[in-house]
Amino acid sequence: MMLLSCPWCGPRDENEFACAGTTHIVRPGPEVSDAEWGRYLFFRANPKGVHRERWRHVYGCGQWFNVARDTVTHQVLAVYRMTEPPPAVPGEGP
Amino acid sequence: MKYSALALLRGALSGPDSWSPAWRSPEPKPEYEVIVIGAGGHGLATAYYLARNHGIRNVAVLERGWLGGGNTGRNTTIVRSNYLFPESARLYEFSLRLYESLTRELNFNIMLSQRGLILLAHSRHDLDAMSRWANAMRMNGIDAELLSRDEVAAAAPLLNLSPEARFPILGGFTQRRAGTARHDAVAWGYARAADALGVDILQNCEVRGFTRDAHGGVTGVETSRGPIRAGRIGIAAAGHSSVLARLAGFSLPVTSYALQAMVTEPTKPALDTVVLSPGTGAYVSQSDKGEMVLGASLDLFPSYAQRGSFALTQGILASTLAIFPSFSRLRLMRQWAGIVDVVHDSSPIIGPTPVPNLFINCGWGTGGFKGIPVGGWTLAHVLATGRSHELAEPFQLERFYTGRLIDEAAAAGIAH
Ligand SMILES: Cc1cc2nc3c(=O)[nH]c(=O)nc-3n(C[C@H](O)[C@H](O)[C@H](O)COP(=O)(O)OP(=O)(O)OC[C@H]3O[C@@H](n4cnc5c(N)ncnc54)[C@H](O)[C@@H]3O)c2cc1C
Ligand SMILES: [Zn+2]
Repeated sequence: MMLLSCPWCGPRDENEFACAGTTHIVRPGPEVSDAEWGRYLFFRANPKGVHRERWRHVYGCGQWFNVARDTVTHQVLAVYRMTEPPPAVPGEGP
Repeated sequence: MKYSALALLRGALSGPDSWSPAWRSPEPKPEYEVIVIGAGGHGLATAYYLARNHGIRNVAVLERGWLGGGNTGRNTTIVRSNYLFPESARLYEFSLRLYESLTRELNFNIMLSQRGLILLAHSRHDLDAMSRWANAMRMNGIDAELLSRDEVAAAAPLLNLSPEARFPILGGFTQRRAGTARHDAVAWGYARAADALGVDILQNCEVRGFTRDAHGGVTGVETSRGPIRAGRIGIAAAGHSSVLARLAGFSLPVTSYALQAMVTEPTKPALDTVVLSPGTGAYVSQSDKGEMVLGASLDLFPSYAQRGSFALTQGILASTLAIFPSFSRLRLMRQWAGIVDVVHDSSPIIGPTPVPNLFINCGWGTGGFKGIPVGGWTLAHVLATGRSHELAEPFQLERFYTGRLIDEAAAAGIAH
């Protein structure tokens, strides 16, 4: 069981949260090509290692926040609010 | 060596040393006509059909661990073709038909057991959706039968049939030709048959990079056992597809998740069909050893750790006990997970990649064991001819740009 730290409520069990996948994705404008739009909708880095993702404390305060987590060890490397700039974490590739 | 009753008798009389290994463990050659990455069911079947259907025998299958050690050896072994859309119906039905003759084809008992699969309806809406689903299957020429509550009760009497149940059972539908097959035997059978046709299976051989020509096309791989050149390369690496794509310089619409399963201690025969309750997420069958095999839904956060989270294990057990209360007396023996390659429409990708000479078979997600024969057949076809097989045409990477998705997940609400 993972222990995630909600920025508002503190450490809680994994089953209080829901993961909504990769964060920091910027939506392109409507003028882009189909290929560009397809990439935005569906294509993900899906890294084996550090992943920046968004979580929601669904069965708690209901707030969204960002997490940097290792997808192999499940170690949580950083938790930060949606509006905060992403902090550097060890082990992240280019 | 041909396996037969006579061979078994001869082996019994002359002792265990009279059996030869089912496949060789050769040293890598410097070059092959085709390299397949990943010795799961899909990679091994691809190598077999390259040799058997296309006469291409100068083939190597590269596996970073041991053959069949990925999802193929971890899955709950359900095979069926009860899909909704015509494209999927054709693909999965072709696969099920290949399974039906596979034991003879490979001279290896894959223990196919067509014990049927029952889907449970827990509400009026389930009943309506299932009649639509069963009718769609019949329109596609695939067997499906709607079942009344009493027919479900007769087929699986241990179900919680009480009208007071949290998930009351109102009926369901069945595909009688669905069932289970022995997962290891499918990998071993294809491996042995491919090896007999000259294919080299190279285990403990991890692909760590690709070599390229001036036009960006792949010309070979860098591996933990040295560089190997190849004319064409096929990737069949399931949960590790994105890792290999990144090494080759492109990305995929794939997310890797852990999918877990578990078995109870063995018990007397108590369930002779497969039961799936989409409403609760319970997915149960009994193995030939007597264990109750419990399938599960995904741990819904990206993961490359081959273990399922305990939070979900509890949920699966609760769902299973809601529909089979008497199983609460059974002890759990093992729980494990595999890393599956999930795409948005839950349909596979089989065809070329943006990189010349590099082809891929992935995106099977939670349900690609049943697709092994057709996945191998169609990846072999595009590797051999350069053109997509007719069955695989709708299942191209392109669909994520054109929007022509084959949204089986949303349509049918099924895992595995
Ligand atoms: C718990 C669970 C239950 C399931 N239940 C069902 C079910 O009931 N019915 C069904 O139809 N499907 C089911 N599935 C899905 C099914 O198991 C998979 O879709 C299918 O086995 C995929 O086969 P594959 O050959 O593509 O992948 P795998 O069997 O995973 O093989 C891929 C291989 O590639 C190797 N590899 C990865 N990276 C590299 C590299 N860099 N170099 C060399 N080799 C590499 C891996 O080691 C692995 O052996 C289930 C899956 C799981 C995990
Ligand atoms: Zn909170």
